[in-house]
This record gives sequence, C-alpha cells and structure tokens, in this order.
Amino acid sequence: MDRKDWPLFEIFIRPKNGLSHKHVGSLHAADARMALDNARDVYTRRGEGVSIWAVPAASIAASDPTEKASLFDPADDKVYRHPTFYDIPADVKNI
Amino acid sequence: MYTQGLDAKAEQGAQPSPRLVTEQEAALQGRFQERVDAEEKIEPRDWMPEGYRRTLVRQISQHAHSEIVGMLPEGNWITRAPTLRRKVALLAKVQDEGGHGLYLYSAAETLGVSRDELVGQLLSGKAKYSSIFNYPTPTWADIGAIGWLVDGAAIMNQVPLCRCSYGPYARAMVRICREESFHQRQGYELMLALAQGTPEQKRMAQDALNRWWWPSLMMFGPSDDQSAHSAQNMAWKIKRFSNDELRQRFVDATVPQAEFLGLTIPDPELRFNAGTGHYEFGAIDWTEFNEILKGNGPCNRERIEARRKVWDDGAWVREAATAHAAKRKQRALKKAG
Repeated sequence: MDRKDWPLFEIFIRPKNGLSHKHVGSLHAADARMALDNARDVYTRRGEGVSIWAVPAASIAASDPTEKASLFDPADDKVYRHPTFYDIPADVKNI
Repeated sequence: MYTQGLDAKAEQGAQPSPRLVTEQEAALQGRFQERVDAEEKIEPRDWMPEGYRRTLVRQISQHAHSEIVGMLPEGNWITRAPTLRRKVALLAKVQDEGGHGLYLYSAAETLGVSRDELVGQLLSGKAKYSSIFNYPTPTWADIGAIGWLVDGAAIMNQVPLCRCSYGPYARAMVRICREESFHQRQGYELMLALAQGTPEQKRMAQDALNRWWWPSLMMFGPSDDQSAHSAQNMAWKIKRFSNDELRQRFVDATVPQAEFLGLTIPDPELRFNAGTGHYEFGAIDWTEFNEILKGNGPCNRERIEARRKVWDDGAWVREAATAHAAKRKQRALKKAG
C-alpha cells in the first residue's frame, strides 16, 4: 500500500494546563495513534505542550470564507450586546 | 533554511502568456490586493490569484525540499562528532531541519497540492532546492561554517518571511525562526573553538570559511536585476526585501563576526565604506551558481540519490505502519462488536 492512504491530521497543542489547545499545524499518519506519536516529535521538541489533540482533517467542518459577510455581519450592528452601550452615572460604583 | 530566488529570468518564457481577465476576476484581484496592502493575512480557503498560489507552492515546496536535502551534508558528521556535546547538538539540529521540512510541506499542502506530488518532484529531480546543499562537507569545520554562515544567511532570509501575506507560510516561518537561532549559535561556537585551538584547527576553520563564504552569499539568489519574480512577489508581500538588500545585511552582520574569530573573509575587494556604513564586496561568480542549479554542482547527483535511497529503503516502514494501523482498527472493531 502506498502512503497516499495516510490521512491528514490537524494537530492542536495545549501549551500548559489552564490554556486551550491551539492549532499548530498538520501531518500525515497511518492512524490517530501514529499522528500523536509524530506530533510529539514534530511539534513539541522544546516543551511546547502538555497535551496533544490529533483531529482527522476530513472531520473538520469549516465555514466558507466567501460567506463571511452574511455569516458575521448580523453581529456587527448589535452594539447593545456590549457593556459600554449602557449609560450609568459616574457616581454609581462597582458596576 | 532555506528559501532562495531560484528562478532566473530566462525561465519566464515557459510561463503561460497572460490571458484576458473577466470583469469579475479583475474585481476579485483588486479586492485581494487591497487586503494584502492592508497587511491582512490570506488564509487557505480565501480567494487568491492563480499566480499567487503557483508562486507560493513553488517557493514553499522548494523551501521544504531544501530543509530535507539540508539534512544530508550535516548528517554526514553525526557519527564522527568529536564530543558528546557536539554530537547531541548536531543531532538536534538535523532533527530540527526535518521538522522544518514538515512544517513547510504542510503549509504547501494547504494550497491544494499533495505531499506525494511534492516528494515525487524532489525525487524525480524536477524540483529545485537551495544551491548551498550541493557542496560537500569534507571536514568537521564545515559543520561550524554551515551553522554560522548558512544558517545565518537563512535567518536573514527567513525573518522577513514571518510577515509573509500567506498565513500558513508565515506561521511556519515563526516556528522555524525561533528554532533556527540555536543552529547559528552552535555553529559559531564551534568555529570559535577551532579558531582558538591549535594552528591546525585554526587552518581548518579558515579553510571552511574559504569554501563556504561565496556559496553563502549566493543563497540570497540572483542579483535584483536578474531576479525573475521580485517585483510581483513584493507587491503580493510574499517577499519583503530584495535579494541584494538581504545579501548586504548578511555581509554587514557577518564580517565583524569573522574578525572576532580572527579569520579572513576570502574576498580581496571587501572593504568598509564609512560613508554608507556598509561593507562593499567583490563580484559573485554566477556561473558557478547557475551550473549548480542546472544540476552540475559537486554533490547534486549524490543528494538526490541519497533521497531516493531513503525513500526506497523506507518503503517497508511505510507499509508496516499502514498494516499495523489496519490491524489495530480491526482489533478495535472486534472488541466493540
């Protein structure tokens, strides 16, 4: 069998406990276990992380960049979602 | 390392002639250029001009190949490093180069080209890689000279690439640059040890500098008036500085380092111009550079043969890994069933 059969995995690393996993790159591997082993060697050679996620790239559903406007515009005109929209007299404290 | 302007003007004839663009395409291109001008990053699924994609695939894959081929001249010395300290450093450096190749192949793949296609291009001899790796490493001092000069030139070239307009390439370069500085420092430290050693060791260091100086200057690619893609790549913000600008920076940074080592740069025309604050240097022998790009360098054949051998010898490992993964999957299914 040729290596063409090896799927692409996206690799996410948690730099330390308390922080989220963050995308660092991708690699090809025969299966998820090999992806984790190789991600260890490729992406954490200098103490970059305490935890690795390997996610088959084919399993990721992504939004379409050409629909960016229609997807995100609706949030742009809703200033009332932000705390600064509301007027509170300066004399009122702790709010 | 190592990206290099490998495409000379003569090759432009091979490019397809520009066709008429539709109004819609022109609008898309206009918007694309506005985003680039505004320093917005372009991400894999964003619209991009075909030329931008093609240029990036070529540059990133050449860069990746250079990392992988670059493991060979140094790997040559791992088993013969003089101390354990030098050996672990060299081993870690060569391992890093393999990692850099992988980051870059991954970045290239986001542009819709497959890994096997890229590796195939390298093994068939169709793809280019940095001219510098076609020189031999006959002495231990070459390992110092490579770290100091070759990685030094690479850093000069690569730091601006961290701000490249294409997101995945820029992110890969950030990782690479962070790791590259150890490469240069271990090389300089090695040169320093030799330069301060016995007369014979110092001679060895000087000999390595003599052989690596000019090839290192060539790493920045053809001079600006001969460089095929410079203007467009600057407009696309793939490239931030011209080949000649970067080469000058390298010379300015490196000459004082050579002086500290007590070694002589092999260029009788080298002199400091107090007026400009820059070093002036002699003419580069581009015939040598062009011969190497054509495949006629001292080690071109050896390098590609070594990569082919690795690929062929590693076939059983790839097959075994695939078989093992299939077996593991079967077992998991049986357990669940």
